[in-house]
Amino acid sequence: MAVGVLASTTLAACGGSGTPVLNWYVNPDGVATFEKYAEECSTGDYEIAVQVLPSSATDQRVQLARRLAAEDSSTDLMNLDPVFVAEFANAGWLTEVPEEKATEITDGEDYLQGAAETVVWDDKVFAIPLWANTQVLWYRKSLAEAAGLDMSQPVTWQQVTEAAAGNGGTVGVQANRYEGYVVWLNALVQGAGGEIVGDTEAGKDASVEIDSDAGRQAAEVIQALVDSGAAQSDLSVSNEGTVLGPMWSDPGEFMVNWTFVYENYRGLIGESGGPADEQAFEDLGWARYPATVEGQPSKPPIGGIDIGVGAYSEHPEWAMEAAECVTSTEAQVDLALEDGLMPSTNSAYDQVVAEGSYPADLIELWRTSVDEGGPRPKSAYYAMISGALQATWHSPTSVDPDRTPTESADYLQAVLRGEALL
Amino acid sequence: MTTSVVQTATPPSGRTPARSSDRSRAENRLGQKLVAPAIILMLIVTAFPMLRAIWLSVYDYSLTAPDDRSFTGVDNYVTALTDPLFWQTTGVTVLYMVVTVGIELVIGFIFAMVMHRVIFARGVVRTSILIPYGIITVVSGFAWQFAFSAQNGFVNGWLPFIGADFNWFGETPSAVIAICISEIWKTTPFMSLLLLAGLAQVSEDMIEAAKVDGATWWQRLWKVIIPNMRSAIMVAVLFRALDAYRIFDNIFVMTNGAQQTESISFLTYRQTIEQFQLGLGSALSVLLFLSVLLIAYLIIKVFRVDLAAARQEG
Repeated sequence: MAVGVLASTTLAACGGSGTPVLNWYVNPDGVATFEKYAEECSTGDYEIAVQVLPSSATDQRVQLARRLAAEDSSTDLMNLDPVFVAEFANAGWLTEVPEEKATEITDGEDYLQGAAETVVWDDKVFAIPLWANTQVLWYRKSLAEAAGLDMSQPVTWQQVTEAAAGNGGTVGVQANRYEGYVVWLNALVQGAGGEIVGDTEAGKDASVEIDSDAGRQAAEVIQALVDSGAAQSDLSVSNEGTVLGPMWSDPGEFMVNWTFVYENYRGLIGESGGPADEQAFEDLGWARYPATVEGQPSKPPIGGIDIGVGAYSEHPEWAMEAAECVTSTEAQVDLALEDGLMPSTNSAYDQVVAEGSYPADLIELWRTSVDEGGPRPKSAYYAMISGALQATWHSPTSVDPDRTPTESADYLQAVLRGEALL
Repeated sequence: MTTSVVQTATPPSGRTPARSSDRSRAENRLGQKLVAPAIILMLIVTAFPMLRAIWLSVYDYSLTAPDDRSFTGVDNYVTALTDPLFWQTTGVTVLYMVVTVGIELVIGFIFAMVMHRVIFARGVVRTSILIPYGIITVVSGFAWQFAFSAQNGFVNGWLPFIGADFNWFGETPSAVIAICISEIWKTTPFMSLLLLAGLAQVSEDMIEAAKVDGATWWQRLWKVIIPNMRSAIMVAVLFRALDAYRIFDNIFVMTNGAQQTESISFLTYRQTIEQFQLGLGSALSVLLFLSVLLIAYLIIKVFRVDLAAARQEG
């Protein structure tokens, strides 16, 4: 894979007319749209060439990091998962976004706050949000009705778990030993008003805060789900894909998952793994991410892709210009309509609503979720934090509110100090 | 190479070594000049990274925070050696090594005998035995992963005492078995190739003589053939044990280190490549290197083979 990418980079760099080539490293979602904009954003001065990264986020990070650590001048633009921005910026691998654009991103007018927060490190802006992902609660309306749950009001994890358990349904979450489990855990902790780690700018001296009431409340939610009988049988290896199936076998499920779910089910109408017909599809409901604590607003997870400009690029100004071009409102709307990847700005959201291909209330729910969501810890050592949490909180069946938060805090502290292996 | 062995050969006792002639000294000098480029190249590609790893291992150094690099002395080694995870992975690695090398030695020896004695279709038999060794380990890992898969593998269907939905990668013992089988399938041919070379060295005259003296097939195997190919067996076991101790690909492909199937190499990879902890990762790779040295030393001791003697140069 690496050799292939290297070879294609070399070829692209040597290609034809002598026009400088800017390499744009993209993750494999929505590549066709990226290629379209690579062409449209190429000018007489430079051409943009799309280079596809591996599919797993970990591999994307490793490949980009190894290039940048070697001061690779051919890494001009790159698609970054939000959790990598802090790590890359702290290492000095990203070019700071010019002030004008930076202000536009952070002034809270057009860019949604949850997306804007992901590109800020140390009070500076290091990337431009392209699309923003978020999780909502997906459910079968008939199941919620049978449980007598009023879905027009914010619901809690406790209510959802009890409603599913009492009516033969299940609750779909992501709890395999992978990043998705940390996404869930982070949302639970933030929903209880806490943080996994605070003062992340301090790097390895960040304060580990998961051993707190919020940490214990998060553990209680997990334990209650495990004990309730509403957990799915493959809980300990569940991911975004495995939880999709149970929705359409009666009585259905409550599921937290990303925005792709709507497009996914709509495309599966009448097929296996999807709703039986249009009418069954109408039974699909959506609501804000469940609250950890009653009365306290939930913090929906944030994902998506930000575009960064490599610090060692030979043409940083052109690369920045290209980055602004490929993240334009038009490009964001195209990504939303063609690939189901939702925008990071209000203006793009308005256009997507106007297109009418998604229900207006769903679009509003996504927009609010991104705006009010909570990012995962922004730290140069995020990979360690995530790894330490996965090691101590997995398997979900072993989570104990009295023990797990304390143990994971001790272990995370030791890992950050370099006193324990991960 | 030969030159140095001749030089270190023990001189006849009680006498000072004979002065080498001008000619042999000139030949030595020429020899040294001829190998010098190769030695310099070796130093660049192997000694430099090794010294650099030792240098890095005394720092607390993360690739993503290069400015926070600080000298920590032996702290990284202390961290590694006092961590239960290190000893657990060492245990698993030793298990992989002992199980795979042991089984490969037996099967490999049988294959070597077959290749040595086969009368008909010699080329076909030898080639088919050697095919797995020509397959890339990652491909072998994927092939066996699919074979053991609960959804679409054939292993569960073929084994009568195992349920059709048994998840081989769901628990430690079964996952270790699956990894070992892939490893054994892939590298047994290498073992048999080395043993075949040893078998070819055993003189037919000796076997004939034993036969004439009335030795049974079993006696000829244990008293004549095996003792005479001891150095070949040692080389085979040494090479494979050192290889097996560094096992990585199959684990990476089949379990990605889940269910406590991680080896030392995998742990090192995770610290260095995934976590970017160059300091701690380098300390682990130095420890890995030392363990490999130790294993090589032990194997040479156990077999009590003098390699120079084996080459009839002593």
